[in-house]
Amino acid sequence: MENGYIVLDDVHKSFGSKKVLNGISISVPKGQSLVVIGGSGTGKSVMIKTILGILRADSGSIKVAGQEVTRLKGADRDQYLSRFGMLFQGAALFDSLSVWQNVAFGLIQGRKMGRGKAREIATEKLGQVGLGPEVGGLYPAELSGGMQKRVGLARAIAADPEIIFFDEPTTGLDPIMADVINNLIVDSVKRLGATTISITHDMASARKIADRIAMIYKGEIVWQGPASSVDSSGNPYVDQFIHGRAEGPIQMDILKP
Amino acid sequence: MIFLIDLGRVVLALLAQTGRVALFIKDALIQGLTPTIYVRQILDQMYRIGYNSLLVVGLTAFFTGGALALQIYLGSSRLNAEQAVAFIVAIGITRELGPVLGGLMVAGRVGASIAAELGTMRVTEQIDALVTLSTNPFKYLVGPRLVAAVITLPILVAIGDTIGIMGGYIVGTRSLGFNSYAYLKNTTTNLHVDDVTSGLIKAAVFGFIIAIMGCYHGFYSKGGAQGVGRATTNAVVSAAILILAANFALTSLLFSD
Repeated sequence: MENGYIVLDDVHKSFGSKKVLNGISISVPKGQSLVVIGGSGTGKSVMIKTILGILRADSGSIKVAGQEVTRLKGADRDQYLSRFGMLFQGAALFDSLSVWQNVAFGLIQGRKMGRGKAREIATEKLGQVGLGPEVGGLYPAELSGGMQKRVGLARAIAADPEIIFFDEPTTGLDPIMADVINNLIVDSVKRLGATTISITHDMASARKIADRIAMIYKGEIVWQGPASSVDSSGNPYVDQFIHGRAEGPIQMDILKP
Repeated sequence: MIFLIDLGRVVLALLAQTGRVALFIKDALIQGLTPTIYVRQILDQMYRIGYNSLLVVGLTAFFTGGALALQIYLGSSRLNAEQAVAFIVAIGITRELGPVLGGLMVAGRVGASIAAELGTMRVTEQIDALVTLSTNPFKYLVGPRLVAAVITLPILVAIGDTIGIMGGYIVGTRSLGFNSYAYLKNTTTNLHVDDVTSGLIKAAVFGFIIAIMGCYHGFYSKGGAQGVGRATTNAVVSAAILILAANFALTSLLFSD
């Protein structure tokens, strides 16, 4: 816990009467990749948005590089956010901007870099995710889902962030494209030496990109350990999840026929 | 009893909504109108809000001016006061109908498009993506729309006023038999600067209302396509009602000698 770069301690978050995060405690050492697995609606996305400060935690502490970040405001918050990159589930590309402008957005608007220089970097980052310079002039609506994800990845790594979050990076992609994205994630994270948290329910993806895996259920971490031990965890929640069984301790909120 | 419960619920919802709008306006003013100022975004929005509304506002003003001339002629002929037509058309357009009808038309066009655009950005996580790219959405999205609407609405209404008076002039000289010179003379000698500026002040306030309602409803829309649709409707309806209410308030304020 002490050497964690990102440390969450007993973080709670509710929406009205619905408890979404129910005392999350987790620690990610610098340069490591944590994958958080869990079903839909278990609080994975909320956890990441709470770390970013897009959502405000009700209680508990979140420390990044030793700095308490739950109550950051104004310039401190901008400074804090400039360390992050994030790949969103639906890529979340700005559809009014061309691909290169999307990738360069954080450089131009956030870091006040000149457009010419930013475009060079954008083209280079697009190259790193396997997209040629000609893609830069297209608009997001003209791209396939896999290409959008790759542009989203290029945008996430454009400003060389220290920390990258991946929200369901392979959801909605075919297995081959999913593996391409996984490889790109592993490559780009290694190149940057970044600390990452990914959330997914795709076990193939989790095995490929994780150093450690944590399982979240009903807003709590029910298991965590090295990625290699996920198959021998002895934890009934994890076993049920990785084998995709309907029977087990995890009950879906559906009516039995 | 049930009636009272329902009434209480409606009142509470209304108060909560009012509070949320007030907080949004506070953020929009404090965060949206302080540096960083995105000049490029402001100009882009001025083009979209102003230039693209010219046709709609112009046509509305033209037909309103024409109809007004006809009605006032019919009414005033009963009192043998036909000479008042030119003057009353000019006052009616500049003080009331130009800003109100122009504002309502722009609310339909622009309020809806702002709400739909920001709503889509919200549900596809593009607004969250802005945050992760060190860009404050209030500065990048809300501020420029607010500034652009407050600047362009008076310009649009000034153009609308001119076209509206011209509509009255055409009807007056072509079908009601007024002498062209006398009609214009009657308009220019009786129309005061105050008549025009009061309408332009109203227009600026209406521009603020349209942009705030569009941004607010778009910003907090949720629940996919249906949510965006609802946000769009709410933006237009609330802007229209607030415009009419504000018009009443401003009229009693500006013309209370």
